[in-house]
Amino acid sequence: MFVPPPILTSTAEVVAVVVLLATFGMLRAPLMTSQINLYRLQSLAVTALVVVVGATHGLVGIYILAVASFVLKVIVVPAVILSLLGEADSNIAHSNVLKVPSMVLVALVVSLFGFITIDALHLRSATLPAPALGIAVAATLVAFVIIVFRSDVISQAMGFFSLENAVSMASLTVATAVPLVMELAFLFDLLVAVVAFGMLMRVHHRRSGTLSTDPLDRLRG
Amino acid sequence: MQLVLILLIFGIPILAAIASLAFGGRIAAVATVVGGVVTFAACLGLIGDGGRGEHLSLGPWISGDALSVVFSLVVGGLYAGSAVYSVGYLAQHSGRSSKRFTRRYYLGLNIFCWAMVIVPLVNGLALIWVTIEITTVVSALLVAADGTESSAEAAWKYILIASMGLGIALLGTVIAYAAGVLASGHSLGIGFAPLFGVSQKLSPSMIRLAFVLAVLGYGTKMGLAPVHTWLPDAHSEAPTPISALLSGALLAVSFYAILRFWQLSRIVIGATFCRDVLLGFGILSLLLASLYLLSQKDVKRMFAYSSIEHMGIVAIGMSFAAPIAITGVLLQVISHAAAKGTAFFGAGVIKEKMHTKEMSKLSGGMRLLPWSGPLLMLAVLVLSALPPFGIFRSEFMIVAGGLQSSKDGLAAVLIVLVTLAFLGISWSTTRMLLLPPEEADESAHDFFDLQGLPAPMAHTDREDEHDRLARDWEIAEVLEGESSGMVGVAKLSMSAAKVPAGEIGKARRGEISTLMVVPMIVFIFILLLLGVHVPGSFAHLLSRATSELDGRLGGSVYHPMTGAR
Repeated sequence: MFVPPPILTSTAEVVAVVVLLATFGMLRAPLMTSQINLYRLQSLAVTALVVVVGATHGLVGIYILAVASFVLKVIVVPAVILSLLGEADSNIAHSNVLKVPSMVLVALVVSLFGFITIDALHLRSATLPAPALGIAVAATLVAFVIIVFRSDVISQAMGFFSLENAVSMASLTVATAVPLVMELAFLFDLLVAVVAFGMLMRVHHRRSGTLSTDPLDRLRG
Repeated sequence: MQLVLILLIFGIPILAAIASLAFGGRIAAVATVVGGVVTFAACLGLIGDGGRGEHLSLGPWISGDALSVVFSLVVGGLYAGSAVYSVGYLAQHSGRSSKRFTRRYYLGLNIFCWAMVIVPLVNGLALIWVTIEITTVVSALLVAADGTESSAEAAWKYILIASMGLGIALLGTVIAYAAGVLASGHSLGIGFAPLFGVSQKLSPSMIRLAFVLAVLGYGTKMGLAPVHTWLPDAHSEAPTPISALLSGALLAVSFYAILRFWQLSRIVIGATFCRDVLLGFGILSLLLASLYLLSQKDVKRMFAYSSIEHMGIVAIGMSFAAPIAITGVLLQVISHAAAKGTAFFGAGVIKEKMHTKEMSKLSGGMRLLPWSGPLLMLAVLVLSALPPFGIFRSEFMIVAGGLQSSKDGLAAVLIVLVTLAFLGISWSTTRMLLLPPEEADESAHDFFDLQGLPAPMAHTDREDEHDRLARDWEIAEVLEGESSGMVGVAKLSMSAAKVPAGEIGKARRGEISTLMVVPMIVFIFILLLLGVHVPGSFAHLLSRATSELDGRLGGSVYHPMTGAR
């Protein structure tokens, strides 16, 4: 039986907390560039976890994943979004459906719900850092709050990418055995998603002249 | 032979995609049609192996059983039908016929179909997730292909909501693997076998959570209420062949993912919990769809709600859990794909002919479209579960399963809601198809903005202008040498057919493209066959797949993909 060394468990928990806090930060950030920088920080933390997983498991191949994760999430995704922001000549979101304190309160409630739900499963095992899983699930739910309560395409896309970070972290924590090819496939999926999101954001901006999702109310019923 | 068929299914759509990207135009169209037909033929070739219970495998990443073959057939059939229909469809607009558009469109179509057709054949829950995620991003771009504001809106809503759903499904997948790691005490491979191998030791609470997350996540893509909200928008705004694929194939493969979780969960926590979860989603979907069907104004949107209705029916059918109901569910998935393909194709022909999707402005479909009109009418009757077609048989089996498992009340609710949906869908389509063609009414006059001219003069002018443009276009195409082959057949038939906007009453009788009719005829024939006499080998396949889902083969517990008992 593989028992994760303390450094893996501790790193997983620290990274989980960083991911959660960054997601909260993205939720309340008034500037879109701040959101993007917070996403960078979050992705850097997840990449660090990949390196630690590789070192503790003795998996040399996983370093490829770390490099791919760094290049894609820390460099490429933010660059794509920033280029769109440059085209749009807009940085202030002004897109909160609720006031910031109310959004944070909602996010606190859902994150507590996620953490408690995982805790209720009583995952007591030497092989599984359960607190990290709980925090990752909480971060996933906060990412949903971003998508639901921010009404601009940049924030919604960043919410989705943040959600992907939180789930990747959960996956690294509990299923480190998932082969490298699979992890790379997840990353490839993210790359395709970034391209698709980027294209659709551009189409939306070209058509409506705004990054807000308010004009997207034509189709009803 | 099996190896060759699997290689064809995995390879041909990719080759077609490469050809589309490299050449565009007519070569892309031919490559896509060949790709679709060969892929469908390869899926048909697997029926025998699936029915005999042979395990399909190729390396560590590919694995399948009878259930996989059933769902591959659904995608393969619609891939072939949509490929043929697309040739006629794209020829209707010069904008869609450009090399740039055809290159992108056929590339997207082939990759979309490739991702869907391999979903049932990949080995493991994680790979299923990856392939379904690919379907999302590719299809979102296809939804926006027409470049209108509405299609951009629909595509954004679709990619966002479906991605959120898939995020939830990924969480469910991770939790299922975490349960496996906990149970085995060491790392697990990604295939089905390692996870199902430790199924007796999996934590019930974790699997319960994983199942709920999977139903919620994949249910978003399957169109289960209340997470269905992207579906009517995307299905109504996408190009028609893509609407058919989204409705008939994409919803089906998402359901397939749920069924794999069902198989795992049934072993760990028993069937009762799984049945209750699916029943809740199923009833809500059927109820909402039936009510929305009564008030639809857009023909494609109406068929989108019909898809939600049918997904509700299959969810309820699985909740009955009787073998006859499960067979009915599988038959329903196949029949729905064929019927919805026909319905969307027919709606697409009407839209192209009359330049509107608004049902209040549509009439005379049966007279104006000698083939598409009756075929669309038949598709509506099929979707309403009238005999002697496949959906009548499948819904009859589902209701019989409900009665067999002593769920008489639920079976009655199912019948009432299906009848309600029938009322909604038949009320709208009857007017559209059976009423005589009318002159454009006052509202139509406003809608088409004829610049204040007296109506008769405006109509005449517009008709002349249209005829002139159509003639010029044909001449230009002939001069450019584009009017030969399949694209040419599709284009040459249109001058006798297209109706200037707002002039349904003056329209001439005739189809706009033979290639847009052929897939509908084939699908109606398949539906008739499934309703009247299911071929023997196919019946064996359904029976085997039912046993796999039911979990018992020869009195032993069946472990998917491993064949172990």
